[in-house]
Amino acid sequence: MADLLRVEGLRKTFTLGGPPWARRRVVALDGVSLALGLGRTLGLVGESGSGKSTLGRCILGLTTPDEGSVTFDGTEVASLRGRALLDFRRRVQPVFQDPWGSLDPRWTVGRSVREALDCFRIGTSADRDRRVLDLFRRVGLDPDLAGRRPTRLSGGQRQRVAIAAALASGPELIVADEPVSALDMSVQAQILNLFMDLRRDLGVASVFVTHDLGVVKHVSDEVAVMFRGRLVETGEVEEVMDRPRHDYTRALLAANPALHVLPAPRSP
Amino acid sequence: MTALLSVSDVAIRFAGPARPAVDGVSLDLRAGEMFGLVGESGSGKSTLANAVLGLLPASATVTGSIRLEGRELLGLPEEELRAIRGDAAAMIFQDASASLDPTWPVGDQIAETIRAHRPVSRREAERRALELMAEVGIPDPARRFRDAPHRFSGGMRQRIVIAAALANDPRLLIADEPTTALDVTIQAQVLQLIDRLRREHGTTVLLITHDLGVVAQACDRVGVMRGGRLLEVVATADLFAKPSHPYTRALLAANPATAPRGSRLPVIPPEWSVEALDG
Amino acid sequence: MTTLGLPAAPRRAPRPRRPGRLILLGLLALLLLAAAAAAAPWLAPWDPEEMDVIGVMGPPSAAHPFGSDVMGRDVLSRVLFALRASLLVSTSAVLLSLLVAIPLGLVAGYFGRWVDGAISRALDMILVLPAMLLAITFIAILGPGSTVAALAIAVIYLPILARVMRTGALVVTRNDYVLGARARGASHLRVLLTHVLPNALGPVIVQASILAAFALQLEAGLSFLGLGVQPPTPSLGSMLADGRDVLTQAPWVEIFPGLAIVAAVLAFTVLGEGLRQAFDPEGVAE
Repeated sequence: MADLLRVEGLRKTFTLGGPPWARRRVVALDGVSLALGLGRTLGLVGESGSGKSTLGRCILGLTTPDEGSVTFDGTEVASLRGRALLDFRRRVQPVFQDPWGSLDPRWTVGRSVREALDCFRIGTSADRDRRVLDLFRRVGLDPDLAGRRPTRLSGGQRQRVAIAAALASGPELIVADEPVSALDMSVQAQILNLFMDLRRDLGVASVFVTHDLGVVKHVSDEVAVMFRGRLVETGEVEEVMDRPRHDYTRALLAANPALHVLPAPRSP
Repeated sequence: MTALLSVSDVAIRFAGPARPAVDGVSLDLRAGEMFGLVGESGSGKSTLANAVLGLLPASATVTGSIRLEGRELLGLPEEELRAIRGDAAAMIFQDASASLDPTWPVGDQIAETIRAHRPVSRREAERRALELMAEVGIPDPARRFRDAPHRFSGGMRQRIVIAAALANDPRLLIADEPTTALDVTIQAQVLQLIDRLRREHGTTVLLITHDLGVVAQACDRVGVMRGGRLLEVVATADLFAKPSHPYTRALLAANPATAPRGSRLPVIPPEWSVEALDG
Repeated sequence: MTTLGLPAAPRRAPRPRRPGRLILLGLLALLLLAAAAAAAPWLAPWDPEEMDVIGVMGPPSAAHPFGSDVMGRDVLSRVLFALRASLLVSTSAVLLSLLVAIPLGLVAGYFGRWVDGAISRALDMILVLPAMLLAITFIAILGPGSTVAALAIAVIYLPILARVMRTGALVVTRNDYVLGARARGASHLRVLLTHVLPNALGPVIVQASILAAFALQLEAGLSFLGLGVQPPTPSLGSMLADGRDVLTQAPWVEIFPGLAIVAAVLAFTVLGEGLRQAFDPEGVAE
């Protein structure tokens, strides 16, 4: 079966600003290659500055790599223009970490969810209104909330809105950048459940960027570990968790005591 | 054995909200132990910690009693509290860079903390600051002494903050989410550092965190807070083996690291969830 | 002392403020001044250019409530007409400046890189020249007059307003909702107009209303030097210039136009402060 997403030999260097004598070049991605099949979930793990968010943006076509290619459904993303680019955007959607920053504070959350429908010209105006309400229900939100601004919602509700906005265009791939890191444990569990429901019901593939191996273990089929701009380990989740080959993966595992120190709680 | 820190029936209210931020909490910290105070946002754990050293804004009303080595802290005038802060009791926060003056060399900042409480010469304070930097694991401290905070990584900055907090050998160290802003592998190192230092110095540590993994790694006993109330206090091992309170059980079960892979995570019952508190 | 151990103050709900009142007050005062200026031909008891040789430097009286000036012209009538010229110059200068500054700053802050570099360097070139010198150069080339004065003030303000807009756009652009909108198929233009502009406009409007107050003074300064509004049309600045010579004999010639400037500046400033509070995210009440 053909891969939905192929990333090959991706390189990206940033120049950090400031006066010319203080500029530094930072290699964010250093020859990254990976592939993801239809409806699969890839957990992308790494510490801050490891390049995982840059990789996410390259996959979304929001950052252009210096070298290498991102291929979605057989077409290279960098070559897309006009209608084809719009069609690609419709099929690949982001969810960001901070539900504060990912919703325009001046917009009602309903309008945020509707944005994609308007931009991609999906359906008539009445269709869009109906679809927004459907999406609210789909992510477990009361449609009555659609008229509120993000400040009036809790963190968990905001993240559900952000997910609804990403689902609006009916994407085949979601790139979620630390979507649960800013949430409390009780809210995180709900959002993780929602992600798993969406995968089951809608068959959406996802790249789940996180620094938490516990989350990866729970939601993903495969895992890719990034360290200083390189992929140091990829594979099926069990394989990587049980027999980590790279030192950094071992360090990550050791650093997450919940994965081995905590015994599973007995059912209440 | 007497408690080093004794909190009894403390309630904290802010001017605005009707619900108290902390609601009748009683808690004894034994000398030399590392006590974890866990809870989700809005549980009141940080408010309680700030109340100990009188760091709450003026809009807060605190009732009850907070005793450090038998001495009542509530109602102490600001000068006396200031004399205690950074001396008998110190506090460190999540954001190390906000605790350090960005324009001052880190060594001077540690030395300054010593001189604020001890009548020692500048040379003596600097010598001690250098020792502390070495003790918290700053490589080549003599060379880094005059560096500004931004020259250090996040983990190293938190080490410097810890060095400054321990400068006057406090009996109590309150650490509010000290590792939350750090990468996972660095978190472990900083926790190990705090653990080693408290063993060597006999410091009692009150560790505030939302992360059960951090508790499992470092604490002797744990208190679980929610909605301003302290639900239970147990030994760490018991917390994970036989959690008694339904909220604690739900919290543990919701952790994806321990739940069976791909299973539906048990959702914390609505009446216990964080969002129930907002309504 | 070091800042060690000082915690960030716990975030509390901000005390509700009433920026609306300030805005209302500022607007009301401005409207009143503008109405008085607009209705000058009807309100003014005398022709502002009509001289009365007998009544030279007459003190305030029933016939001349603000007195009369060195040429025996009615000060009240002249203040009303001067207000007209001055308000027109200052507001049109600021509006003209905004018209250019907003798109420039928006584009510079949003696109960054070389676009920002080019725009910012170009604006810096205006900024390095002293404001008054720039205005005088302008007038030297195009000749004096109120239109040229407004144009000169607009050019002086351009880099200031564009810079405030650029900073706002830069900050807003960093938000994920801007990146998200791109991913949701929004064009750059759409993102700029629907997300970046509305969220970044606040500080620019505030700055503009404060600059409008300064523009009034700048125009007064230019007219004082004889470079702005041309006689015999009265302007607040030229009236100040005239009144200075007779300050001891006939203070009313100086005081009343001075008060008019103070009133207009105050109105703009109050409006600006109200807007600043209203746009301040801490003060936004739902």
